[in-house]
Amino acid sequence: MSAHDTTEPTRRDFLYVATGTAAAVGAGAVAWPFIDQMRPDASTLALASIEVDVSSIEPGMSVTAKWRGKPVFIRNRTPEEIEAAKEVPLSELKDPVARNANLPSDAPATDVDRSAGEGKENWLVMVGVCTHLGCIPLGQQGDFGGWFCPCHGSHYDTAGRVRKGPAPENMAVPTFEFISDTVVRIG
Amino acid sequence: MSGGHSTYKPSTGLERWIDQRMPLPRLIYDSFVAYPVPRNLNYAYTFGGILSIMLVAQILTGVVLAMHYTANTEMAFNSVEKIMRDVNSGWLLRYLHSNGASMFFVAVYIHIFRGLYYGSYKAPRELLWILGCIIYLLMMATGFMGYVLPWGQMSFWGATVITGFFSAIPLVGDWIQQLLLGGFAVDNPTLNRFFSLHYLLPFMIAGVVVLHVWALHVTGQTNPTGIEPKSKTDTVAFTPYATIKDAFAMVLFLLLFAYFVFYLPNYLGHPDNYIEANPLKTPAHIVPEWYYLPFYAILRAITFSIGPIDSKLGGVLAMFGSIAVLFFVPWLDTSKVRSAAYRPWYKLFFWLFAANAIFLGWLGSRPAEGSYVLMAQAATLYYFAFFLVIMPLLGLIETPRKLPNSITEAVLGKTKAGAAAVPEGAAADKNA
Repeated sequence: MSAHDTTEPTRRDFLYVATGTAAAVGAGAVAWPFIDQMRPDASTLALASIEVDVSSIEPGMSVTAKWRGKPVFIRNRTPEEIEAAKEVPLSELKDPVARNANLPSDAPATDVDRSAGEGKENWLVMVGVCTHLGCIPLGQQGDFGGWFCPCHGSHYDTAGRVRKGPAPENMAVPTFEFISDTVVRIG
Repeated sequence: MSGGHSTYKPSTGLERWIDQRMPLPRLIYDSFVAYPVPRNLNYAYTFGGILSIMLVAQILTGVVLAMHYTANTEMAFNSVEKIMRDVNSGWLLRYLHSNGASMFFVAVYIHIFRGLYYGSYKAPRELLWILGCIIYLLMMATGFMGYVLPWGQMSFWGATVITGFFSAIPLVGDWIQQLLLGGFAVDNPTLNRFFSLHYLLPFMIAGVVVLHVWALHVTGQTNPTGIEPKSKTDTVAFTPYATIKDAFAMVLFLLLFAYFVFYLPNYLGHPDNYIEANPLKTPAHIVPEWYYLPFYAILRAITFSIGPIDSKLGGVLAMFGSIAVLFFVPWLDTSKVRSAAYRPWYKLFFWLFAANAIFLGWLGSRPAEGSYVLMAQAATLYYFAFFLVIMPLLGLIETPRKLPNSITEAVLGKTKAGAAAVPEGAAADKNA
């Protein structure tokens, strides 16, 4: 910077570096709030978990709850539906992973791992969004008696696992727990 | 060709006073009156002017519509219906704006294809071309966000699918998607920011248009022969010649525009967008606006995994790649001859490309199943092959037709000047 570059750094050199540093740090410090404000705000995050009373859902029925702007299917499955899902060998599945946020990420897509677990296998809780391009599948339809996505023809079975069509993954099971026998907290 | 001296002569005292302080009248005179343009420009060259007027029309109608529109998920749909039914002339303004977007894209596609046909992107006009590509990208973003604002079913689900592309990006995809949406799904924060950006982007387009026109006026316009003007007889003054020609084309174009506005105002839209957005119910077919259909077809054509890239990410990469490749066209085309008029093989492949692009658009409107997928894959292959294989190779192996010596010769008779012209003449042109 100085014309006499053999000499000690001058006061001017110091001013150049200090100004440049302040400009860089300042630009970064100002830029971040502009990016940060784009992220989900506090009110959106406050709705990040919901509680659903499932006491009135008889076997064979299902409800749709809205969670994080997306539908969550809560289905009380009949014993036949559970049996149908259990009989499918894992090797026949397009996506052999459970996609269950409550389990390790490599858990196999067995029926029990897709459901609410031992003793509550009749309950299926999952985000009702087709893993292909985000459409909402229709319940109690399709070749496997589970869900059928009208957009691009993906078929899901009674455990919400993709069996046919372009969807790459099983429908996602969100983080959830039964906080009492009749109330599910999702998220 | 714009390097000449200014011929502006202030004729009154006031004009002299202004000229000495801020020579804006001089700039306008030199750019839009005395500015020389090739004498052989055809009507394909009028779309730059048409696009400018469409941008102004969109901004004017948009600013007015924003006075009546409410960017809130509870009220947006009804506020648009209010514009249609209650606001004085609201129906007209909204139809002008929504059909204006379509007309804007009609004009830009003709403009882009004209550039591809006549080799307008070749040196020294690479930056001019790239600025045009940036304008096109901004237009696409603006159009997409504008389509979300009425908050109909297609608005909502189109936004869901399009923002879903970003979730295909490894590692940071979900974070980016949430950053765009301001939540976990398309919702009120999404609508608000899209409205803000939809209002902003047209002014950014206007800014890049200024750069685009600046670059154009440095290099001068191309023309159907692809030969640079060499003498005064090769050019005419912008005003009145180009001004009148542009104005006449604008009138014809506005007639087409008016035909859609008054007789087919919803023809280019989708009926599902007159159903209010419902996050819990997906329409049977999600289709983007017609002007994105070719890219939608490319997105859906990738149904297979390529190595570690799964079909979802592959589709997104192919779709963005199909636009990104446009930026490299000046260097992909190796031919020294600009205009397709003198390139028989390029002309053939160009028209195949144009037909292929329309075919892709049609495929984009079909459901992604069965033979449609196979056809989309073949059409996608040709789309990329045109740019990445045909353009580079053809320049090396094609024998161009004989070029005229000058624009004047091309216009007034090719036989007059004898056999002096050789294809290499095009290379020498650059230095003219």
